[in-house]
Amino acid sequence: MEHTLRAFDEELALLKAELSRLGGLAEAEVSDALASLITRDPRLAQQVVERDVKLDQLELQIEDRATRLMALRQPVAIDLRRAVAALKLSANLERCGDLAKNIAKRALIVSETEPMAPLMRPIERMGRLVLRRLRDALDAHSRDDLVLAQEVWSNDREVDEHYESLFRELLTYMMGDARTIAPCTHLLFVAKNLERIGDHATNIAEIVHYEITGEQLTARPKLETMEG
Amino acid sequence: MNTLNPTEAFETSITDIPPAQVKLATRNLDFFYGQTKALKSVSIPFARNKVTALIGPSGCGKSTLLRTLNRMYALYPGQKATGEILLDGQNILDRKVDVSQLRARVGMVFQKPTPFPMSIYENVAFGVRLYEPLSKPDMDNRVEEALRRAALWDEVKDKLKESGLGLSGGQQQRLCVARGVAVRPEVLLLDEPTSALDPISSARLEETVTQLKADHTIVIVTHNLGQAARVSDYTGFMFLGELIEFGPTGNLFTRPAVKRTSDYITGRFG
Repeated sequence: MEHTLRAFDEELALLKAELSRLGGLAEAEVSDALASLITRDPRLAQQVVERDVKLDQLELQIEDRATRLMALRQPVAIDLRRAVAALKLSANLERCGDLAKNIAKRALIVSETEPMAPLMRPIERMGRLVLRRLRDALDAHSRDDLVLAQEVWSNDREVDEHYESLFRELLTYMMGDARTIAPCTHLLFVAKNLERIGDHATNIAEIVHYEITGEQLTARPKLETMEG
Repeated sequence: MNTLNPTEAFETSITDIPPAQVKLATRNLDFFYGQTKALKSVSIPFARNKVTALIGPSGCGKSTLLRTLNRMYALYPGQKATGEILLDGQNILDRKVDVSQLRARVGMVFQKPTPFPMSIYENVAFGVRLYEPLSKPDMDNRVEEALRRAALWDEVKDKLKESGLGLSGGQQQRLCVARGVAVRPEVLLLDEPTSALDPISSARLEETVTQLKADHTIVIVTHNLGQAARVSDYTGFMFLGELIEFGPTGNLFTRPAVKRTSDYITGRFG
């Protein structure tokens, strides 16, 4: 149902549109960062790094819009939750952008070393998984899809497991051939960044759940890892 | 979107108040203005030393409900309440209940300030005299206490002999609150007490309400949703004579269980 005051609906719609745009940008950043690493494409990596500023700007814009909405409209119930969710979602998406930029920077370095084809496959698999989670979380948001949000939220172990196995694999390589230590370390960071993007997808799913229901999803089971 | 069954959620939230904490409650309360049924089986608890706000669009029955709580309606012919209104467990709709004693226990402040055309002091002392024969010094103390509680003392202490009508609107309303609390009622009913006040006076009155709940159980009817959110502990949303949803204010304003409540408080109808 629409608000009696129509300008309120327009502002909420704008907020949602901007969030969708930021979501799209974040997704593209992650996707391109991954592609630049796999295909050893420094030009694409460079583009990812340069585009990050757009996400930063859009995040500020969303923050500003949500804050103004709260100050001027004093939203309650679902409207309040939308504004609060917008603040949290934009922060999470901006972080995804930062992590993608970090991957792209490492892609630039790795592209100058010897190709390590067998290691790229598991990285790519993990990347695709993370990207799908991010996409699903964003779809859940744009469609107010509670079921999808819960699905993303409860499947977050998969990424952790990928990360664990990649960690071991990279360790084996480094022990076997000291020359691979430098590139493998970069890949390890890439894996870590991907894992964190996966966590942001989980966060986004949690936020969407809160936005729709007003209730927080409680602590999810976390895989025991040696990560810091 | 919310998957909660509205009725179920409503039942749950109502039982959140332990029976011992319920000062006043209605049970299956119906109210008639002649042939018109203005309240339909309303059951609502009012927790002791808490502020309960009643919200809802015009004509929803919130003021009617308030007026039943001290049988104010009995002043008008053709009006009738059936069901139960329990004050400390006693049904005040019972004929044996002395209405004037009841009103000493359940005080009321109206929408528009209604000072009597007499001095500030007399405005406050007037009601007390009806119930208690106090000595002059005791009455002085009672008047001061009431004015302090209504957060008006500092502004009027040097002009207690002046007419109550000379005060500003906000001061007049706090004078009415002082008059209400002077008889030391257990329950205080406030019917849109700030609708005629400017924002600063409203804020003062809201602060007063917050202070008063230490000694009184308060029920406030308000059109100002922000005010309901600011001052109340519990909120009841009414529509077409029915209590649609009742619960802790924090819950009702962040995640109402019933869609109609949500639509109303978010400004989608009403």
